[in-house]
Amino acid sequence: MTAGGIGKHGIRVGKHFKHAIGALGLASSLIGSAVLANPQPGQLNLTPGVTTYSEVPYELNNYSLIVCVVIGILVFGAMFIAMFRFRKSRGAVPEKWSHNTTLEIVWTAIPVVILVCLAWLATDGLKKFSDTTGSQMTVKVTGYQWKWRYDYVDYLGKPISHVDFMSRLDDRSNATRQLDSGLDPYAVKVGDENTYLLDVDHPLVVPINTKIRFVITADDVIHSWFVPALGWKMDAIPGVVNAAWTNIKVPGVYRGQCAELCGQDHGFMPIVVKAVSQQDFAKWLADQQKPATPAPAPASTAAVPAQATAQLAPKQNSQG
Amino acid sequence: MAHAATHDQHHHDGHDEHHEHLNFFQRWVMSTNHKDIGTLYLVFSLLMFFIGGSFAMVIRAELFKPGLQLVQPYFFNEMTTMHALVMIFGAVMPAFVGLGNWMIPLMVGAPDMALPRMNNLSFWILPFAFALLLSTLFLPGGGPAGGWTMYPPLSLQSASTAYVVFAIHLMGISSIMGAINIIATILNMRAPGMDLLKMPVFVWSWLITAFLLIAVMPVLAGAVTMLLTDKYFNTHFFDAAGGGDPVLFQHVFWFFGHPEVYIMILPAFGIISEIIPTFARKPIFGYKAMVFAIASIAFLSFIVWAHHMFAVGLPLGAEIFFMYATMLIAVPTGVKVFNWVATMWGGSMTFETPMLFAVAFVILFTIGGFSGLMLALVPADFQYHDTYFVVAHFHYVLVTGAIFAIIAATYYWIPKWTGHMYSEFWGKLHFWNSVVWVNVLFFPQHFLGLAGMPRRIPDYNVAFANFNMISSIGGFLFGASQLIFLGVLIHCVWFSKKKATDRVWEGAKGLEWTVPSPAPHHTFSIAPVVHDEELAHGHVED
Repeated sequence: MTAGGIGKHGIRVGKHFKHAIGALGLASSLIGSAVLANPQPGQLNLTPGVTTYSEVPYELNNYSLIVCVVIGILVFGAMFIAMFRFRKSRGAVPEKWSHNTTLEIVWTAIPVVILVCLAWLATDGLKKFSDTTGSQMTVKVTGYQWKWRYDYVDYLGKPISHVDFMSRLDDRSNATRQLDSGLDPYAVKVGDENTYLLDVDHPLVVPINTKIRFVITADDVIHSWFVPALGWKMDAIPGVVNAAWTNIKVPGVYRGQCAELCGQDHGFMPIVVKAVSQQDFAKWLADQQKPATPAPAPASTAAVPAQATAQLAPKQNSQG
Repeated sequence: MAHAATHDQHHHDGHDEHHEHLNFFQRWVMSTNHKDIGTLYLVFSLLMFFIGGSFAMVIRAELFKPGLQLVQPYFFNEMTTMHALVMIFGAVMPAFVGLGNWMIPLMVGAPDMALPRMNNLSFWILPFAFALLLSTLFLPGGGPAGGWTMYPPLSLQSASTAYVVFAIHLMGISSIMGAINIIATILNMRAPGMDLLKMPVFVWSWLITAFLLIAVMPVLAGAVTMLLTDKYFNTHFFDAAGGGDPVLFQHVFWFFGHPEVYIMILPAFGIISEIIPTFARKPIFGYKAMVFAIASIAFLSFIVWAHHMFAVGLPLGAEIFFMYATMLIAVPTGVKVFNWVATMWGGSMTFETPMLFAVAFVILFTIGGFSGLMLALVPADFQYHDTYFVVAHFHYVLVTGAIFAIIAATYYWIPKWTGHMYSEFWGKLHFWNSVVWVNVLFFPQHFLGLAGMPRRIPDYNVAFANFNMISSIGGFLFGASQLIFLGVLIHCVWFSKKKATDRVWEGAKGLEWTVPSPAPHHTFSIAPVVHDEELAHGHVED
């Protein structure tokens, strides 16, 4: 969080501009982050995210952007000076030199030093990301054309059985997104937030302050599980089980989408992660486990896609 | 002098234009002349540029505002896939081959390409390849819709797999033959005194590119053939249920794919390295460094492929290796940019249209390089990957990089090709429209990507609406600006009254400027006497 000065809020525009002015440092970022974690109109930079890891890509992005901007100013500046000073119309006479060993060594060596610094930062962050050990909870994510399936595998060392559901585009977005539907994408809202194509029937409910391990795979074609507020995406590949983790610090609803082209409805299989307190999660989990048959997540009004689940579950097992 | 040599040695005295006795079919379809075949390549590439561009217009029109207004999602996917395939294999690559065909023999003092009949074949395969590819749009089941990367299992769901695979085989055969021809020409047919390290940088860049082509096109052919057998012959190379691995395809594809992106940019480096010294009236800074930089970028291109696959779940060691190797590319690329700026420094510059495009290339390609560096950082890439940030990145390097260089080369050499000057006013109008609208088109896409908008989606949340609308407006106007280019070309070829001099540009150096404008059908039938001071890099100590 040392990068607060880099413009965590400074380069956001729109309704969060007021935040940006008043907000200095860590406290404000926590207040605003639950909302700012999702895409905003006019958003200019990465989200700082809401997890113990998500500042890694955010800061790396900011540092590398600053490096690029500084180099860009120097190089393009020199270029523009050259273009104004050394014009034939100003009577410039071409010089004959075409070589300068010192200069060439300098502009080979300096980039190497800068790259080593960036590589060091990136390697550090990457090591943090790749360490999936010590998780307190496991969720299995499976990509299908064109929906996600979530299986809760274990929580706090105890296996969970029969808490699993399909998660697909919500009905209002789905009706609105049809060609020439005549419906207004701006009218698809939950509260004040526009959720067009970013809402699902059954969100993934997870506890905050818990290291959650995701095991990610797919059943048909390759998908990619991507929630910007978590700071990463991971491909869901049939026949391959990938691992990733998150530890969300702030309760909230975090939205993402499938990021790997997976067919005609690739743009219509969003991801919603609902992060709640550990108490609320325990309660939710208990509710899910009560009935003998798998029940939908709390927000559900529609029928559970039980048929799909039943059909696909055995196939999934064979994929192993 | 070389000038005289081009005229003397022909059987038809004073009537050098042997081809005038040929009818249209004989001249163009049966041609073995490097200039005519070069022209064919360039015209074909222009046609593909407009076809691929029209697909892009469909994409930008659908993305103009949220909600689906124009096309079904599947057709949208066909458009993104075909746009890429047509632009990469139909527009950019044939344009560079056309420029190489026209200019390499002229630049090294050779009478023609080393293998003229194969040259004819390698061009005439292309119309058939693209007829196959484009015909899929009119067939039941439609065209390929799984992205130009053709990742299985998705690409195997398409009804057009066989058409696409055969089209790619044909394109690959064409490219390999073209590359062999270029290598044979450069290594065997240089005029005496045209040492390797006196060759124009453009020739060097093509020599290296040709080796890349020969190395990787067979790899692509192998990968798509495995797709074909997976779909029709029940093999399981990429099918997990049969013991295969979908990720294997990505490794093989990108082993081709990354050198491929340098195939599309190294000749552009060569072009810019010709144009900037001409209009700065000063020799290129660090000639040898430029050549070695191209060679080292080519070498590195073979060991960075997995940076396209950071999110597939590579082991930590692999991610670190490919990250470091990728970042290393910034060093020789930086050397090139610094050298171009140093070439300008202390020169005596004028800004005709080719120079304007070259200057825009240096700035905008560098911006694409910057985002490339950011993408190389794996944890950041986990955010950028498969978002519009990547779309912005590769359009900066391919549109304002490769395509701007091709346009610059066209303005630079068209007086030599046609014997007429193009209209400088309309050329500059084309430039300013292109450079403004291309940035309106692609710069906002960085923001969309950073906000999390995935690639290849036909519809999006309203949070992404404002920048998409700006991008689409830029897209339509950039597309329209290219009609100015078409007009300038037509005017220059058929209507321009302004004769081009042999040297064309005051600061131009090199053998191609010693022949008349327009370049006669046959040049350098007797090898020219090479005078070092005639060459752009005749006296190289560095």
